[in-house]
Amino acid sequence: MAEFLLTLKSDFIKCFITKNRWKFITEGLTATLKITLLSCIMGIVIGLVVAIVRSTYDKNYSQMRRGLGKFLLAVGNFFCNIYLTVIRGTPVVVQLMIMYYIIFATSSNGILIAVSAFGINSGAYVAEIFRSGIMSVDNGQFEAGRSLGFGYISTMLYIVFPQAFKSVLPALANEFIVLLKETSVAGYVAIKDLTKGGDIIRGATYETFMPLLAVAGIYLVMVIFFTKLVNILERRLRKSER
Amino acid sequence: MSDNTIIKVNGLKKHFTGGTVKALDGVDLEIKKGEVIVIIGPSGCGKSTFLRSLNLLETPTEGEIFLEGVNITDPQNNINLHRQKMGMVFQQFNLFPHMTILKNITLAPIKLLRQNKKDAEENALSLLKRVGLADRANAYPSQLSGGQKQRIAIVRALAMNPEVMLFDEPTSALDPEMVGEVLEVMKELAQEGMTMVVVTHEMGFAKEVADKVIFMEEGKIAETGSPEEIFQNPKHPRLKEFLGKVL
Ligand SMILES: Nc1ncnc2c1ncn2[C@@H]1O[C@H](COP(=O)(O)OP(=O)(O)O)[C@@H](O)[C@H]1O
Ligand SMILES: [Mg+2]
Repeated sequence: MAEFLLTLKSDFIKCFITKNRWKFITEGLTATLKITLLSCIMGIVIGLVVAIVRSTYDKNYSQMRRGLGKFLLAVGNFFCNIYLTVIRGTPVVVQLMIMYYIIFATSSNGILIAVSAFGINSGAYVAEIFRSGIMSVDNGQFEAGRSLGFGYISTMLYIVFPQAFKSVLPALANEFIVLLKETSVAGYVAIKDLTKGGDIIRGATYETFMPLLAVAGIYLVMVIFFTKLVNILERRLRKSER
Repeated sequence: MSDNTIIKVNGLKKHFTGGTVKALDGVDLEIKKGEVIVIIGPSGCGKSTFLRSLNLLETPTEGEIFLEGVNITDPQNNINLHRQKMGMVFQQFNLFPHMTILKNITLAPIKLLRQNKKDAEENALSLLKRVGLADRANAYPSQLSGGQKQRIAIVRALAMNPEVMLFDEPTSALDPEMVGEVLEVMKELAQEGMTMVVVTHEMGFAKEVADKVIFMEEGKIAETGSPEEIFQNPKHPRLKEFLGKVL
């Protein structure tokens, strides 16, 4: 037993203390959080735009007067649908590799590449989250806004989106957690995230147990932490839902 | 069109699902300033569609609507400006659940009429006082009863200083004991000279408050008259049948 603990201790020192190897973990963790956060923001922006186009199309297209607006909306909706189909129909690792080897072939900014890939990927899922949120707001709310004299955009902005956002907040937070784990494939294209950090230590020390367990542990703690946060958020929201 | 005509409707038609449903099938009507028009008729005869067409929540298939002499069905017109002049009260209240009562009432005046916050709130409070709900200004809609919600919805529309108020079965979603408090507010509004178009099944209200009662049937106005003419001396057989059921 004592012997086992001693091995454990020396393994630990070898993996994390020697040559400051812990830096691979902390720097990797920083990269992972950075990628996740920025991708999430990008996903929300893309998702919001796509959701607005798609729900505007669903709500209004059939009653719109013929003209440039109607044409643009149809075109926009068409491209949004292609985006959703392609992104949700292909693996994220493949999208990441396309981003790395084709689109950003001349760039070596790993974070930029990862954020682009994961942000665009996440946007497709967030778009559907937002769309379901917008559709879940009773049409009477929209009509009440319009009947007061608000235009389409103002009605959406002041009346529909705040309610939609509230109802999708838990799903959005969940998407963040999914994203956090999903970014672990960033190492595929030489991005030094948390998973890659552990893998580098494994390669340098020939120790598999310690580094991988540490990486898994860190992901787990983060996911548990954010899940707790989401739960608190959900409870808060339900409470204010009077 | 006489000077005090506020709304004029010519040959209004609204067809749904490619023309198979003729919700409105040629409606003509002239509404004078200060007039209270009550629309009655069996379910599905097009009452809501007519009211919703007046502020273009439904786009008419055919026909014209003039508000103060301006053809609002002309696509050139800014419908948002015209809607500001027509307050609408819905059966389901449609208060904004994420805002306090005060915010519900002041949102449109502040954003659309560019009233400053203080003026808008003062005005809201005085309107709330009139309907006996000044103490609920900071409550949220879900904390109110149905009757209170509907009175707030009326106030919210009034805060825009509309020329006309449209009511689509404002008491139909209410528990019976709350119908009176809403009708009372509407009655006061009528006495103050507000132009009103009211779809309702409250025949007592129609008899007491209406200047003109309209009976609709299958997307058309089947009979028009004063409350006495409609209720004491109905001519159309379907109106007689309808009154036999509701009175
Ligand atoms: N959005 C719609 N799509 C298809 N049919 C509709 C729609 N709105 C109303 N209708 C139909 O139009 C007719 C008139 O409806 P409505 O104006 O709501 O009647 P009322 O208010 O008098 O009960 C009904 O047959 C109804 O089914
Ligand atoms: Mg109706």
